[in-house]
Amino acid sequence: MKEKLINLIADKHEKEALELVEEMLAQGDDPQMVLDASREAMVIVGQRFEDETYFLPELVFTGETLRKIAEIVKPRLQEKAAVDQPLGKIVIGTVAGDIHDIGKDIVTFLLDVNNFDVHDLGIDVPAQKFIETIKDVKPEVVALSGFLTLAYDSMRNTVQAIQDAGVRDDVKIMIGGGQMDDKVSTYVGADAYGADATVAVKLAKAWIGGE
Amino acid sequence: MTKSPEELYQERVQRVWDVVQLKTPDRVPVFGPYQLYPYTYGGVTLKEAMNDYAKAREACHKFVDEFQPDLDFGHILAYPAKPMEILGLKYLKWPGHGLDDHVIYQYVEDEYMTEAEYDEFIADPSDFMLTKWVPRTFSGLEAFSSFPTMRRMMWSGWMGLGAFASPEMRESFRIAIEAGQQVNEWFESIFQYNDEVKAKGFPTAWATFDWPPFDIIGDTLRGTRGILSDILRCPDKLLEALEIATRIFIEYGSAAAGAELPLCWIWMHKGTGKFMSPEQFETFYWPWLRKGMLALIDQGIIPMVYCEADVESRLESFADVPKGKVIYHVAQTDLVKAKAVLGDTACIMGNVPNIIMQTGTPDDVKEYCKWAIDVAGKDGGYIMDTAVMLDEAKPENLKAMIDFTKEYGVYR
Repeated sequence: MKEKLINLIADKHEKEALELVEEMLAQGDDPQMVLDASREAMVIVGQRFEDETYFLPELVFTGETLRKIAEIVKPRLQEKAAVDQPLGKIVIGTVAGDIHDIGKDIVTFLLDVNNFDVHDLGIDVPAQKFIETIKDVKPEVVALSGFLTLAYDSMRNTVQAIQDAGVRDDVKIMIGGGQMDDKVSTYVGADAYGADATVAVKLAKAWIGGE
Repeated sequence: MTKSPEELYQERVQRVWDVVQLKTPDRVPVFGPYQLYPYTYGGVTLKEAMNDYAKAREACHKFVDEFQPDLDFGHILAYPAKPMEILGLKYLKWPGHGLDDHVIYQYVEDEYMTEAEYDEFIADPSDFMLTKWVPRTFSGLEAFSSFPTMRRMMWSGWMGLGAFASPEMRESFRIAIEAGQQVNEWFESIFQYNDEVKAKGFPTAWATFDWPPFDIIGDTLRGTRGILSDILRCPDKLLEALEIATRIFIEYGSAAAGAELPLCWIWMHKGTGKFMSPEQFETFYWPWLRKGMLALIDQGIIPMVYCEADVESRLESFADVPKGKVIYHVAQTDLVKAKAVLGDTACIMGNVPNIIMQTGTPDDVKEYCKWAIDVAGKDGGYIMDTAVMLDEAKPENLKAMIDFTKEYGVYR
């Protein structure tokens, strides 16, 4: 049944997947196992996104399936079960002045399904907020998102502020979004630019050593 | 001998027609890239430009006088703050309303039409927009949710007119009228400016603006997440809605008909990059945009598709339009490939990386522009411009882009 559920989710059969979840829970299957299956399905979705059999519509759609399953399953979980040790911690946010969130949310989603502990600070995030969270959470990676050209300087200021706060050497910084590229990455003082969400996962894994 | 402004104007208009029609012009035309830049350069904040139209005009005049581009834009991208405030417009944040004084206004993503409302939109788009979308997106027009349904006004429909008598409806009408007066003032300023620069010899780069049918539904109705999910969840409804959106697209764009330079700027959003698969693009995006563009071309309009991200994966589709009728404005795109695929069919514009304008040197800019002219401007078919609208740049870099194009871009 678990294998079947994984395939139904990954193959975008949402209705059948939700029916199977109800069926599995009714027959006494472990709710945690159902959640684990959903997560495994999302890893497959991530791989298909990476090899371009899936695009954003599939990512958004299966993300919604995952959310619907979680809504059914979560009230039945006895206690928060021990999850796998995350690969690492990542702080992400759209830099000050920019309120775009779609790209950031997709990166957050893919990092999350790849078992990173992601702290999403939202949009229009002041440099100080990044610094406070870096000190508090102690992430290995900071991901800066920005859609507009104004984000060039906003990212640069953020990286500079992280430097001034004395925590720049504690983290690797990646940037991504609309008008970003390697030149911008150099300009803002980041460690790398990622063209899409799958590159973000690869960078994070390479830096943290997950794979 | 110095040329008169009239001669310069005609020369500049002809230059654009030549590149669109894939004839070799006297030289590569160069656009004066806009958005915040004229205000940044003129020391005026966007907030001031959105509130004080005389200041906006003054900044744009300074820009055009000093940089002398072939195509100007005017202050139409500095939206009028007053009517936006009066209306309580919710789908944008702008300077003074959630953003700093000199930051471009930004769209607030939301689902302004739910998936369940497709049928209602398809059955009567005007009624849906008036009674659902408008009240949701303008707090000042909330009372329009009880606007009588006009499609059943025949026979006893007038008995529904009682809705107009409520204090809330009167207030919404008062707001609509006041906002309308403010919008008229703004447009007067815009057309005054366009006339003034025409008298100085500069054509305006736009006659009207438009959005691809998919983005009409995806940007302001369903939202990005909504429409992407709809592709899988309710493809048939989406296709029906796209048919209506294509009609709306043609209505918007037809306003360019008859202009001396009938350029219709089409802001492409979700058609770029890797938003959707090639098959999805060929089903939900391109056929509708293409159909709309052909209808505009039939009216003598030049569709100018403004792609704000990489469109390499879309070039083959883009080539399927009549020869010498369309401009594709590109960003972050391989110009060699773009020229190879589109060169025999359409004019290419843009792609000068904004980061070079902002952080490079005049020599960096010239080097890129030389390459762009050699590659994309071979025998015509190219308009020099930045990759996306310009907010920040070193003035000497923008000067380098424009002056170098005038010098190196001459066809001999």
